[in-house]
Amino acid sequence: MMPLRNSGDLRYSEITPKAFYLNRRKFLVGIPAAFAVAKSARAGVKLPSLARSPFSTGEKQTPYDSVATYNNFYEFGTQKEQPAKLAKDFKTSPWTVSVEGEVAKPRKVGMDEILKLAPLEERIYRHRCVEGWSIVVPWIGYSLNTLLKLAEPTSKARFVAFESFYDPRQMPEGRNAGIPLPYVEGLRLDEAMHPLAMLSVGMYGETLPPQDGAPVRITLPWKYGFKSIKSIVKIRLVASQPPTTWNIANAREYGFYSNVNPTVDHPRWSQATERRLGEFLRHPTLMFNGYGDQVASLYAGMDLKKNY
Amino acid sequence: MAKTRSNALLRVAKALLFLACLAPLARLGWRAWNGNLTANPIEYITHFTGDWTIRLIVATLAVTPLRKLLHMPALIRYRRMIGLFAFFYGALHFLTWLCVDKFFQWPEIVKDLSKRPFIIAGFTAFACMAPLAATSTAGWIRRLGGKRWQLLHRLVYVTAIAAVTHYYWLVKSDVRLPVLYGTLVALELGYRVVVWARDRRRRGIPPAPRYGKLASTGAEIALS
Repeated sequence: MMPLRNSGDLRYSEITPKAFYLNRRKFLVGIPAAFAVAKSARAGVKLPSLARSPFSTGEKQTPYDSVATYNNFYEFGTQKEQPAKLAKDFKTSPWTVSVEGEVAKPRKVGMDEILKLAPLEERIYRHRCVEGWSIVVPWIGYSLNTLLKLAEPTSKARFVAFESFYDPRQMPEGRNAGIPLPYVEGLRLDEAMHPLAMLSVGMYGETLPPQDGAPVRITLPWKYGFKSIKSIVKIRLVASQPPTTWNIANAREYGFYSNVNPTVDHPRWSQATERRLGEFLRHPTLMFNGYGDQVASLYAGMDLKKNY
Repeated sequence: MAKTRSNALLRVAKALLFLACLAPLARLGWRAWNGNLTANPIEYITHFTGDWTIRLIVATLAVTPLRKLLHMPALIRYRRMIGLFAFFYGALHFLTWLCVDKFFQWPEIVKDLSKRPFIIAGFTAFACMAPLAATSTAGWIRRLGGKRWQLLHRLVYVTAIAAVTHYYWLVKSDVRLPVLYGTLVALELGYRVVVWARDRRRRGIPPAPRYGKLASTGAEIALS
């Protein structure tokens, strides 16, 4: 087997399937360690030579196991611990993302190419869920605008619509999600072009585990977590505001923008504070999740109470 | 002789039920001991205790229909224990929210209790259970009198409806469990409405032998 760690041009298809990886570990270290492996389920492949990012926070990172076992990914169940179990065999290779719509160069991009479009950076972002919990995650990827520019959006493009992969056979729990699937999300084009908006292919130095949106997802640190759509297969540039899943499900509670905002409560609960996973006391929630210096200008003059 | 044996059986059955009702708490303790309360233990404990509260409320309300439909009047002897355990898990649920989740942040707690419909519903459910737990003893049945005691304990209907509402308003999109519990509570309350309407109709015609039966029900409650 080739030494994965040092291989600069690792093909996505060469990544060892997780089942083999786990089997090998179990075989090597026996039952007690296998239990520990199953619990931490750390099966990603190391991503080499990561550039550091000035966007990173110096805050304490949330433990990997918390981020990989506590997930909202309704295609794999609505209980937090379900996706880590039910997404185990999620097939993420081969994978292509279609960039289409109002673009001069529509194209289908394979994972091999996505991994090479730009130098992979590690960005340690705060991530705040609309439910009132938060995590600090070292994501791996680069700015989403790298991919968008490649397709050359036309002058008609004003919004970006994203779509998640959905296969009811691989995701039988999706039928019970209570939200329409496939999951769709959207951004204004200027939001999507903002350098903080990230196309993520990994976390904690490795490829993404399925439950965190493998093989490729969007990460938007100043918005509630549900905007950061997972396992994307389609990026469509469009002229008018696209529908978004949680907004379709409940427009009064989940707006198109969904910027983190401690002064605008969710109709059912307060957004003033959050619990960082692994900590006991709640933190005060920050405007734009603490990214106001970078993104507040995107919303200058807008009534954020109306455009929640 | 037969009576002694049936008393012994009852005692064994009650002890088993007591242990069964404690099993969820034991399971929670075991998971805590193993550090297996998910990445968000406070939320896990809150949901876990809430789940068991509502299950035991549903179980409490099932006793009356079941004993009549299955012709097992002795089931009434277990109702108080199930109801008290519902209150016990409800208290754990409430205290987890108050002392751990909100950590005595009174301004936020007061805001939640006055502004958040799902919290108001949950608190209503819990508040209505408290006087029932306090007056669950035979002494209180005597003190209040069977009729008044029964009237007071109809607050459990408010508890059940408020608890289901609390749960339904809490979930984001997957309403399967709140709908399941809501359906069960609706069946349980519907049964009572049907029986009540039938009894009323019967009472209207001949002065029924029904009263005798009601009186004996009261006595059974008093004894249980």
